[in-house]
Amino acid sequence: MAFLKQYISEIYQAVSSLLKGMKTTGSYFVRPKEIITQQYPDNRADMKIPERFRGEVVMTHDENNEHACTGCTACELACPNATIKIVTKFDTTPEGKKKKALDTFVYHLELCTMCNLCVEACPTSAIKMAQTFEHSVYDRSQLLKKLNKPGSKLRAGVE
Amino acid sequence: MFSLENITDSSQKWLYATFNSTIALVLQCVIVMLLVISLFAVLGLVLVLMERKVAARMQIRLGPNRVGPKGMLQTAADTLKLMMKEGLTPDGADKFLFNLAPFVVMIAGMLIMAPIAFAKGFQIWDINIGVLYVSAVSSVSVIGILMAGWASNNKYSLLGAMRSGAQIVSYELSAGFSIVSIVVLAGSLQMSDIIASQQTGWWLFRGHIPAIIAFVIFIIAVTAETNRAPFDLAEAESELTAGFHTEYSGMKFALFFLAEYINIFIVCAIGATLFLGGWMPLHVGHWKGFNHVMDYIPSSLWFLGKTFFLIFLIMWFRWTFPRLRVDQLLSLEWKYLLPISMFNLLLITLIAIMGWHF
Repeated sequence: MAFLKQYISEIYQAVSSLLKGMKTTGSYFVRPKEIITQQYPDNRADMKIPERFRGEVVMTHDENNEHACTGCTACELACPNATIKIVTKFDTTPEGKKKKALDTFVYHLELCTMCNLCVEACPTSAIKMAQTFEHSVYDRSQLLKKLNKPGSKLRAGVE
Repeated sequence: MFSLENITDSSQKWLYATFNSTIALVLQCVIVMLLVISLFAVLGLVLVLMERKVAARMQIRLGPNRVGPKGMLQTAADTLKLMMKEGLTPDGADKFLFNLAPFVVMIAGMLIMAPIAFAKGFQIWDINIGVLYVSAVSSVSVIGILMAGWASNNKYSLLGAMRSGAQIVSYELSAGFSIVSIVVLAGSLQMSDIIASQQTGWWLFRGHIPAIIAFVIFIIAVTAETNRAPFDLAEAESELTAGFHTEYSGMKFALFFLAEYINIFIVCAIGATLFLGGWMPLHVGHWKGFNHVMDYIPSSLWFLGKTFFLIFLIMWFRWTFPRLRVDQLLSLEWKYLLPISMFNLLLITLIAIMGWHF
């Protein structure tokens, strides 16, 4: 008798779990408004890109052309495949001391896997992930980017 | 009112009045053949498109939407592409069997068309063993699949074909039992008799719970018999590339692909005939007005509506359930479906003998 009871309860559980699955897909079927497909080349003007989409690393510059990168090379160390190369220089402070600063932030987009580790490693939130994704170019050298804008300098107060 | 019966009757009268009876018969056969082939072509296009659209909607996608209005011409374009492609025969293959197999599968599908009643008085051959004929011929297609798997000389093809054989042989049983349970209720093997017995109500409703159980088992078994997901072990893409049709290309592949959809249509048509009353309109008890309105809808529309409802159900299964393992597949049949359908048949026989159905 115990066997029969287990047999019937197994069938009941199987049927109810299958019906649960069918309910999910069926409810999607009757709600076409939830379709998330974007007809990409047609809707380039008003694309909805998710917030967490990672397209490329960019450095944020404010209106005075100042960035927050101190040239600490934390991102370079965090990068698993040598995408980032920080070239540093030495600035002299008003007190006459020499201080390490960023000269060029070299970024190889062709090597980047968008893993976000550099952004997480940055102590001053100088870099972030942009949502651009149309990266194809005719030559590989065009993918080598300098992230700090020409003439930009370290924002005052960022250590 | 629109009726296919009038068209067939008048064309038959005209043929027999114009020609002598032999030529008229031959002409009738030719017309039927052309109709079946064109039905196959249309069904192939419509069902593949329907499958892709249904799948897309269930996965919150759009599906084909570029070729023609709303992607309606996508399958036509695909067919054109398949026709242009080379139908390659591999070097190591058994050439005769390899090229024969798609046609065997296709012809098995064509043969089952014979006893299906598409509308009132619109049936190719109202054979008196209709249901038996269907269940016998439907297992012929496994020969085509085994042939394709063996002749391809490819381990994936052979494995897929062997799985398909095991699957169809096992699931034939429970499909047969659920068909027999309706035969017991209707008291006839003839399609037209089975439909006529559902004049007052469909067997799905009239046969109490046992009929519903038989219907569920029938749907599960025919899903397995047509090698569709969740029972698509024969062509399991992730394990066997494409199973028995791995080596096929071009039009020969298209025939296998078409045969899959034709088989779905056929089993759903059989299911609609047995459980949902074929072309019979929906009648509810003594609601005279309601029944009268329902009678106004042409019988061909009733039949197609019911069939496409069942097709939709099977597509729903495909896009919901994950694939079974081969041991799970066999234990589902031999440990669950078969005992249940045997017990169920016993109950239905009791109901039929005691006249407990409505």
